[in-house]
Amino acid sequence: MQADALSGGFANAPIDAAHAFRHIMQVMAEPGRIETVTGGTPPAPLSQAAGIVLLTLCDPETPVFLAPSRDKKAVRDWITFHTGAPFCGAGDAAFAVGTWDELTGLPFPIGTAEYPDRSTTLIVECEAITNTDATLRGPGIKDSATLSLPETAAFQANAKLFPLGLDHILTAGDQVAALPRTTKVS
Amino acid sequence: MNEKTDPNAARKAWLGLLARCRAADLNALWAGAALAPDHTVLRAPEVGSVMVRGRAGAVGSAFNLGEVTVTRASVRLASGEDGHGYVQGRDKLKATQAALIDALMQTAQADAIRAAVLDPLQDKMAQTRATRSAKAAATKVEFFTMVRGED
Amino acid sequence: MYVAVKGGERAIDAAHAWLAEERRGDASVEELSVPQIREQLKLAVNRVMAEGSLYDPDLAALAIKQSRGDLIEAIFLIRAYRTTLPRFGGSVPIDTEAMACDRRVSATFKDAPGGQMLGPTFDYTHRLLDFKLVAEGDVPAAEEAEARDAQTPHIMSFLDREGLIQTEEDSDTTPPDLTRTPLELPATRDLRLQSLTRGDEGFILGMAYSTQRGYARNHAFVAELRIGVVPVEMDIPELGFAIEIGEIEVTECETVNQFQGSKTQPPQFTRGYGLVFGMSERKAISMALVDRALRWKELGEDNLGAPAQDEEFVLYHADNIQATGFLEHIKLPHYVDFQSELELIRKLRREAQANTAPQTDTLDASPLGGETACRATGGSFPGKMKEAAE
Repeated sequence: MQADALSGGFANAPIDAAHAFRHIMQVMAEPGRIETVTGGTPPAPLSQAAGIVLLTLCDPETPVFLAPSRDKKAVRDWITFHTGAPFCGAGDAAFAVGTWDELTGLPFPIGTAEYPDRSTTLIVECEAITNTDATLRGPGIKDSATLSLPETAAFQANAKLFPLGLDHILTAGDQVAALPRTTKVS
Repeated sequence: MNEKTDPNAARKAWLGLLARCRAADLNALWAGAALAPDHTVLRAPEVGSVMVRGRAGAVGSAFNLGEVTVTRASVRLASGEDGHGYVQGRDKLKATQAALIDALMQTAQADAIRAAVLDPLQDKMAQTRATRSAKAAATKVEFFTMVRGED
Repeated sequence: MYVAVKGGERAIDAAHAWLAEERRGDASVEELSVPQIREQLKLAVNRVMAEGSLYDPDLAALAIKQSRGDLIEAIFLIRAYRTTLPRFGGSVPIDTEAMACDRRVSATFKDAPGGQMLGPTFDYTHRLLDFKLVAEGDVPAAEEAEARDAQTPHIMSFLDREGLIQTEEDSDTTPPDLTRTPLELPATRDLRLQSLTRGDEGFILGMAYSTQRGYARNHAFVAELRIGVVPVEMDIPELGFAIEIGEIEVTECETVNQFQGSKTQPPQFTRGYGLVFGMSERKAISMALVDRALRWKELGEDNLGAPAQDEEFVLYHADNIQATGFLEHIKLPHYVDFQSELELIRKLRREAQANTAPQTDTLDASPLGGETACRATGGSFPGKMKEAAE
């Protein structure tokens, strides 16, 4: 394991993870909201936000799928040391990291009628996240919100699968936003 | 665990010893050796668990037996060596000391550390185990048989 | 059905304070320390570790002190604590052949290679109360003898070489974990073994005893029982190899059963397996018997309808924390549930009295009202099942 992989984790894991978890929960509960997360420094090309989401939510029981652009030895070693999460193909992923072009269309699990939670959460690496473009409606949104999404059709189709479907965390630099399966996009 | 076939045998041996020893024993030897290496913390000491597995029928497929408490820590010496401590129980100090010793064992101080800390630990644990084995041996049943085989 | 009932806060605080005082007992008697419990009530500590599913003697001893010796309460405390721990991963399956045995006996082979060692057993005591223990005093040192310096082979491996015993299929796939995924039936053997090893000792013992008495015709011999310490190894990704992360005491029991053969299997011996944290011999033997009884399907045996063959019955009732959670919750306020039952009974009585009395007033004798009330109370049942789950 490369020496760099061992640094860049949470300095004070319980507190840093609690702060990050709070932000991730808020953006998931209020789609359209954008938060800044700090406390971890993953190796490139992983964004700081994507790295912190992984540090916060992953453990040895959450298999992670890395799309080709993120599937680098330094990234793998860093995730392994700091979270213990195993790596897997798209079909077994609890979390997946990559750009939208890489992730869209892959056969991620969408949950089952008995366990809708057994689905993948996609961590979508973006150039930037802004409150523009797509209009969001649904639980956690008063009237409507806007969020820069890579496209709309796929998210509309995903919302139709409810209660099954994928959840999305958008990451860019140190910013994070989310689009759960409950949100209607137009 | 053969040193000739396994290049990691020596490190495995000291890490295992540090994991299993009593925290108080390690702490006493650590204090006695007066070690205070300059280091940074890669992973702050963290208490967690490991799921212990057994095998069905001792040799079959694995099953989950239950968890054991484990504390881990990782450090990097100022001279660059990384050390990892995984120790049984919930003692953060012990995990840090184990990680530091693991790192120091990769430096020129290895022989001194071995003599001051690892060898005395090893001796003490071997002594405890030998006493237990001797007591168990004393409860061995010597069957008297009317007709004995050729042994 | 649940409604918020307020007003107990002061009473609860007072109850807790009194509990703390009662836990301490007579202050003129010396207080029990956690190390004392750990060292001197070791078998209670072992049970709490096995059924709490967490190996940590200090924590188990603390739980016993806190629970005033109520072991199920102590197990509850350990289970609750366990859920707060991040899990670093799973161990390499422990190698019980490498055990440093304190005790090792076989009921099937007198001259077992490695010998029979009784260890610190109750077996040959006379079960007479020893009043010498009332007075504190020094214990004479245990005898020592020269120990053999070699691994103790499993007795089953000798039968295995002759091909007389059913073989166990080896596999290194990650076993399913009850603490992460809810139990689904039919359960695989790995899941059954996990459920049994953390199950209630009394329940598993009762199930095992029922097989001995004839429910499922399960006449077992203890081929080997061994108790001792084994190292626990785990793969450490940052090192790239496995290291020992600790050592634990376990009890292992392997049983053999005569087996006449079935549609799918030749006549041979079949095996049951018990493996439990700590020195827990009764539990390990019980586990092996119940494991064997539950294997009827894979061995092509008939289902005799015995309770110990019924996987759903055994696995869903083995866990004492689930059981006690559901059982004890019925003492908590059910005022609304009961209110509806009360009204129903009153109504039924009114109707019954109206029917026997001279026929004057039968206006509210509609059976519909009663049926609705029944459904309303019955409907809250699944909710309580969830509440009782861990």
